[in-house]
Amino acid sequence: MTIDNLIIWFQSWLPFNINIIALFIAAVLITALVIFAIMAVNALVAVYAERKISAFMQDRIGPMGQGPGLHAGKWGLLQTVADTIKLILKEDIIPKAADKKLFIIAPFIIFLGAFIALAAMPFGPYLIASDMNIGIFYILAVSSFGVIGIILAAWSSDNKWSLYGGMRSAAQIISYEIPAALSLIAVLLLTGTLSMQGIIESQAGTVWGFLPNWNIFNNPFSLLAFFIYFVAGVAETNRTPFDIPEAESELVAGFHTEYSGMRWAFFFLSEYGNMLVVSGITVVAFLGGWQSPVQGAMEGAWWGLFWFLTKMTAVIFVMIWFRWTFPRLRVDQLMTVAWKILLPIAFFNLFGVAIWTLIVG
Amino acid sequence: MIINQKVSDLIELNFTGVVIVSEEPQNEFIQIQSEKWLDVAKYIKTDSELKFDSCQCITGVDLGEDKDFEVRYNFHSMKLKHKIEIRIAIERKKPSVSSIEQVWRGADWLEREVYDMYGIRFKGHRDLRRMLLPEDWKGWPLRKDYKTPNIYNGMKVPKVRKGWD
Amino acid sequence: MGLIHAEEMTLNIGPQHPSTHGVLRLKVKTDGEIISEITPVIGYLHRCFEKHCENLSYEQVIPFTDRCDYIAAMNNSFGYVLAVEKLMEIQVPERVEYIRVIMAEYNRIASHLLALGTFGLDVGAYTPFLYMFRDRERILDLFELTCGARLLYNYMWIGGVSHDLPVGFMEASYRFLDEFEKNITEYHNILSYNKIFIERSADVGTMPKEVAIDYGVTGPNLRGSGVKWDLRKDEPYSIYDKFIFNVPVGKGLMGSVGDCWDRYWVRAEEMKESVNIIRQALDKMPRKGDVHEALPKKVRPLKGSIYYRTESPRGDLGYYIISDGSSTPLRVKMRSPAFTALSALSEIATGWMLSDVLVILGSLDIVLGEIDR
Repeated sequence: MTIDNLIIWFQSWLPFNINIIALFIAAVLITALVIFAIMAVNALVAVYAERKISAFMQDRIGPMGQGPGLHAGKWGLLQTVADTIKLILKEDIIPKAADKKLFIIAPFIIFLGAFIALAAMPFGPYLIASDMNIGIFYILAVSSFGVIGIILAAWSSDNKWSLYGGMRSAAQIISYEIPAALSLIAVLLLTGTLSMQGIIESQAGTVWGFLPNWNIFNNPFSLLAFFIYFVAGVAETNRTPFDIPEAESELVAGFHTEYSGMRWAFFFLSEYGNMLVVSGITVVAFLGGWQSPVQGAMEGAWWGLFWFLTKMTAVIFVMIWFRWTFPRLRVDQLMTVAWKILLPIAFFNLFGVAIWTLIVG
Repeated sequence: MIINQKVSDLIELNFTGVVIVSEEPQNEFIQIQSEKWLDVAKYIKTDSELKFDSCQCITGVDLGEDKDFEVRYNFHSMKLKHKIEIRIAIERKKPSVSSIEQVWRGADWLEREVYDMYGIRFKGHRDLRRMLLPEDWKGWPLRKDYKTPNIYNGMKVPKVRKGWD
Repeated sequence: MGLIHAEEMTLNIGPQHPSTHGVLRLKVKTDGEIISEITPVIGYLHRCFEKHCENLSYEQVIPFTDRCDYIAAMNNSFGYVLAVEKLMEIQVPERVEYIRVIMAEYNRIASHLLALGTFGLDVGAYTPFLYMFRDRERILDLFELTCGARLLYNYMWIGGVSHDLPVGFMEASYRFLDEFEKNITEYHNILSYNKIFIERSADVGTMPKEVAIDYGVTGPNLRGSGVKWDLRKDEPYSIYDKFIFNVPVGKGLMGSVGDCWDRYWVRAEEMKESVNIIRQALDKMPRKGDVHEALPKKVRPLKGSIYYRTESPRGDLGYYIISDGSSTPLRVKMRSPAFTALSALSEIATGWMLSDVLVILGSLDIVLGEIDR
């Protein structure tokens, strides 16, 4: 665990004994800084990637430039940096009738939801902030913290449209937690441990000699669980086809209508952070985490980081692809999908995995 | 025109003294007096030989400074595929005519527009208010003696004529 | 503790809203999601077209008619010019008739592409919108080649057209038409038969036949409800009786007859028929002719009036023109199809949810320029 390792490393070279609590706080602060940097860089890269990918899918080019200093860097690479600078310099507008304290707190709460979930994300064999033995349970519990932020943002904006968007979003996130959790339980039946590193290590080895022993190849029920979790995960992050809360053409901008400038940027940081968390869990639980797909080759601490990032990028790419292909579902259809379709399938799936494990494994 | 004659004969049969038939080159029409207009309207919609089920267009006309208003209706039958034009002359002082909004639902907005532009009141219309102009506009724009107001809600109305001649 | 008092909320959609297709205000009474009453408020784009016409000569009215329905400008001026020519009893040469039909049909395709693209945008599908606009750009390039303007043309003149077809128009047309037919299949694949799109639009906002005819709804909205009525076939004007084409009618393939999906599908199929008509017209057109030979020296129709209807992409567009013998008309009234279509909204949209109202509005394909004039 990184925090433990950092404390031990501090104690090894500091010439005098400092209180363990101070060392703990120092280690936590450094780790938190690193995770924040990961989230920020992820937002930068993901926004650029989304704009370029959507542009290519729509028969146009997206942000382009001729070189640093000219427009937005070659191929528009500095576009997101330019956007961030613009957002920082914008005027901070708070509506007069808005509830000021709640209005200011709301973006931070949503951000917190994604931020603390990343504390248990294994980026590599030794690169995990805190390897708790209840890793997945912790992430599931903590990532629903964001709903409070959405409701606060919607309510404090004092705008009927924002309220609509916030209520819809809260209902959506709470409903889709259940199929997500149920499909992850199917994975837990196979691995037997809740710890993130434990789940990844149980997917070592190969099945049928050449296929890596990842959970999606393990049995057909876990393949179904993969699809259920992915769909529920996309719904959790409020992306199309489930982006009713921020439906641009209906509610102008949903629950973040009244936010501008850096506060609005925080919402987007959190959305991409949530995408990071959901794709992280998908990769860990179903796609083998930082394991290499080729048995025996390209393994090691830094290779593990590389594989994890590659797989996560692939999952995020599929999420972006979804957004620009599908129309959006209506609110009651969204709820129907969660409660009448995904939930029964998830239950049936759980049953199936249990029977399979009993008979085969 | 054959269909015109037949329609006017049928109307004359059921509502005596109502019809005056005239002709113009390019356009044949029936002139009706405005007293029994609502009954005539219901009749031409429901009678099995006429069956005018679609109200196409309602036009208000101001024929000149000292002449009457006119309201001209164009009807069309989807079932029997014939059409007719009906004109009603209205006096200038207190212009009003019965509303046929309950007979053809499409006439609702078309009549509101004629009211908005000419000030012709449609008796029996359930929701007669201005449609294209703001609710508090004064005056009836398409009348020939209309003068644009100088002030609207405290704002001066610009009257620039350069470039229009 | 008393009963929980559920009140109805009056919500305002517009006039500035990303998906009301112009400046339209909808007053909506809802109890949270289900609409109990909806009232459209229009007049934000009113430019007194009819009052202007009384001070202009007949030729000067033509650019004004373009600006009413700015998406299908050719069809607007086509209708007006035909009405005046009928009043003056002018016969135009055959080449002019063919050119007019080609331009009107191209504009019909362009207008339907915009209608379908924005409909997809309302539902949340961003990509088909851009694909359809790519094809629309190619049509606008053809227009620019001919008369120099992309959106508002002033092309149809009384007695002729303003410019003849330039060199290279016919080859570019044939190339475009071949490519476009393949693209229509692509649009069907990505949007029309997409399960989520069908869920959003099938069985939503059904307009029964009787309601449609009673409200005076015409065009693809009426055909979507199952009534086979197309002015190009039933009351043919210009040379439309020389072409062979079908009239698509909504059959309720994915839901009930007259729902939003049917209206969408009718427009998509109509684009194919327009491609047919343009191909036939390009083949049969006389290769030589002077397009300016029937232009009258003075446009001074005889005293009289006329009501003339043509089929615009939104329905039947009618012009009621009264002439008093002078060179300015006494009255020009434009009967716009989107006006009556919007009046039917309050009937077909009650009882649906808020998200459905925007879908229904998108399927009616209104243009505020035409409604407000």
